[in-house]
Amino acid sequence: MNRKSTRLLIPILSILSALVVSSLIIFMAGRDPLMIFLKMFHATFGSAYGTGQVLFRMTTLIFVALAVALPFQVRLFNIGAEGQLLLGAFAAAMTGAMLPSWVPAPASITLCIISAMAAGAGWALLAAVLKVRFGVNEVIGTIMLNFIAQGITGYLLTWHFAVPSTVHTAPITDAAAIPSFGALTGWFASSPANLSTILAIGVALLFQMLIFSSRFGYEMRAVGLQPDAARYGGINAGMHTLIAMGLGGAAAGLGAANIVLGYRHSFEAGMTGGVGFTGIAVALLAGAHPLWILLSALFFGVLEYGGLTVNAYIPKDIFMIIEALTILLVITFSALGRRLQQK
Amino acid sequence: MAVAVRLSALSKKFGSFSANRNISLSVEEGTIHALVGENGAGKSTLTKIIYGMHRPTSGEMFIDGNAVKFASPRDAIHSGIGMVHQHFMLIPELTVTENVILGNEQCGLFQRIPLNKSKALILNDAEAFGLALDPDALVGSLSIGEQQRVEILKLLFRRAAIMIFDEPTAVLTPLETERFFATLRSLRDRGKTIILITHKLDEVLAVADMVSVMRRGEIVGTIPAASTTKGELAQMMVGRSLLLRVTNPPASPGETILSINKLGFRTKKGVERVHDLSLMIRAGEIYGIAGVEGNGQSELLQMLWGLVPEGAIICGEALLKGRSLIGRSPAEITGMGVSHIPEDRLRHAVISNYTVSENFLFGRHRERFFHQGIGFNTHALNRYAKEMVSDYALSCSSPDRQSLRALSGGNQQKVVLARELSRPAVSLLLLAQPTRGVDIGAIETIHTKIIEARNSGMAILLLSSELEEIIALSTRIGCIYKGSIRHEFTREEVELKRDSGHEFQQEIGLHIT
Repeated sequence: MNRKSTRLLIPILSILSALVVSSLIIFMAGRDPLMIFLKMFHATFGSAYGTGQVLFRMTTLIFVALAVALPFQVRLFNIGAEGQLLLGAFAAAMTGAMLPSWVPAPASITLCIISAMAAGAGWALLAAVLKVRFGVNEVIGTIMLNFIAQGITGYLLTWHFAVPSTVHTAPITDAAAIPSFGALTGWFASSPANLSTILAIGVALLFQMLIFSSRFGYEMRAVGLQPDAARYGGINAGMHTLIAMGLGGAAAGLGAANIVLGYRHSFEAGMTGGVGFTGIAVALLAGAHPLWILLSALFFGVLEYGGLTVNAYIPKDIFMIIEALTILLVITFSALGRRLQQK
Repeated sequence: MAVAVRLSALSKKFGSFSANRNISLSVEEGTIHALVGENGAGKSTLTKIIYGMHRPTSGEMFIDGNAVKFASPRDAIHSGIGMVHQHFMLIPELTVTENVILGNEQCGLFQRIPLNKSKALILNDAEAFGLALDPDALVGSLSIGEQQRVEILKLLFRRAAIMIFDEPTAVLTPLETERFFATLRSLRDRGKTIILITHKLDEVLAVADMVSVMRRGEIVGTIPAASTTKGELAQMMVGRSLLLRVTNPPASPGETILSINKLGFRTKKGVERVHDLSLMIRAGEIYGIAGVEGNGQSELLQMLWGLVPEGAIICGEALLKGRSLIGRSPAEITGMGVSHIPEDRLRHAVISNYTVSENFLFGRHRERFFHQGIGFNTHALNRYAKEMVSDYALSCSSPDRQSLRALSGGNQQKVVLARELSRPAVSLLLLAQPTRGVDIGAIETIHTKIIEARNSGMAILLLSSELEEIIALSTRIGCIYKGSIRHEFTREEVELKRDSGHEFQQEIGLHIT
């Protein structure tokens, strides 16, 4: 099979098979799959509000998928987007809450975004340093750092920063909130979709350029493809590991900005809900290609929000199975695709 | 005596590359038959065919007179063939006995393993062949020599009659090697047939009965070990009669470019690979290093290119126009005007998934000329690529789209050569194995380009396992042996003897063994 056709065939095949399996499960749960899918469609793209919800979820997914995709270019598996997202969210919420209210909006937003990016990047860099300096496998490193991030944010929230008798921090200043489309233009009704979506698309384009058209990306991909040759060519592989992880973590931090600054306006226990892990599936489905991530994130956004909306018809548990199965199928098929391409 | 293994017109192709060509060979039962040749000569491929790991493209194989076609090593094992790989296939966490019986437990899947019975059998074999070992010791706690004995016991346990050893002494100390040879002799004396792959000629003469020399995928000769010499074998290994001769006009060397002074290299484990090596190269000359592989050539290149393995100790100096190369990174060394064409082109010199154009850029991507914004100037790159493609007669229609892996070995090497020779302000070229794995057609282009580069004033350090290549291209020749230059032929000597062919090869052969 030639390479181009597999590249397209694999995602389509995995999505189709996911549809078939889901239909089967819904059918077994005693519901009409077609009805469920129609309901999902109506609830998402059928309304301005639903479309906005999908966009909001897509935005976070784009960022966390980019956090996985960039390190993937140097053959690093960043499982830590969830932890990077959590710390980024906490940093954004704290900065936003501490900023005096007289600071103008552009400055407030910029400061909050920068602190989210710094927190995410720092956390990812920690795993990268462990890898480069001490040879700790980045999968283990990032998974452990996820637990630690969860612990740190949970502890700080519960014992120090939670508003008494609630599970969230004090709200950020109004100036630090990223305006929603609804407030600005009336699009997407009162949905949480905000200007971060435009930022996400911009960052994806930027990553695309960085990876495939810049000198930096040229070196980075060489390190990923043939580390030995890269060394002979005078390329510093360790530096590329650090930069790829750092930039990836920063992207995850931007995902946190979307959630905290664009929607929730505070940090809340469990607010990321494992979206960092979904990001792995989004990146894999897209073959770690920033432009394809836009589409892949849209698909998973529909799945996430659409799943919520059919709660009344189909138990949440069933939908959880469907979503996880879809991710598994995607991963299986993309692994299969890679094997086919190698042959 | 009966013939244990007979190969008849055996060939093996990987894509368009012929790893083995028309090989016919008979190995008699109860003999030690050595297979010698440089890296890449096709020894490993040939033994992998005998052991069932590769299937031949054409030709026939007979074991004990019966025609066989192996689908996998399992078939070969059934026919009584065993192999000890260069890297041992042992599980360090298991005992000697467990390792020996692994895969041949002689009991049902859920039955108790007859450990005691097996142990007795193993002890029996060990005693018979002088392979003293504690059957209950963990393999991980054994020395390399002892681990090799475990591998031999494995073959004995499987009742292998034909045993293949791939570079068995590469990892052994001299004392262990002696012991190993004693074992080989006792195996032979008890009727086992042994095929020994090596490139150490001393060993061949010490232990083998027959020797087959391989070169470029072919067997160039099979002779009794008793009636040959190291010099003859070395020459058979590295000589090449097919090589097209380029015209090599007299050189007019200029100022000194590279001077190496008492350079030494000691590995992390304390093995001395380069010792007291001194040489000097001037602008406009090619200094050829002749030698059998493994005499310090690779280490010399690693030192000059700033990629020394961790823990290695270096002493002495290497100066490029008076500035030290030692301790600098490849990027810095490139910046000082040094180009490098490494021995292992596919692993070190190219990114095979990149396009041909992108590979023209590889290692030179820091040059301003190719830059534009944050990326590359595709216009300049394409123009340059096109120029190189026609200049080097590359068969490649669209360098900006074709990936490098689609090219033949010869064309790949031309890409590397074109890239490195056209670097601006290069004063020194480190050139290793310029025509390894390259078809005859491309060799001429490559050689012509090398001579042209020399004429334009470049200093070239040439390392090649092909003696004839060294003789054809070099201005001066240094013979490397055990990590130092043992003898140097002056410009006058080389020019005088270049065309005497055989005799000169023999003379060099004396200095490299």
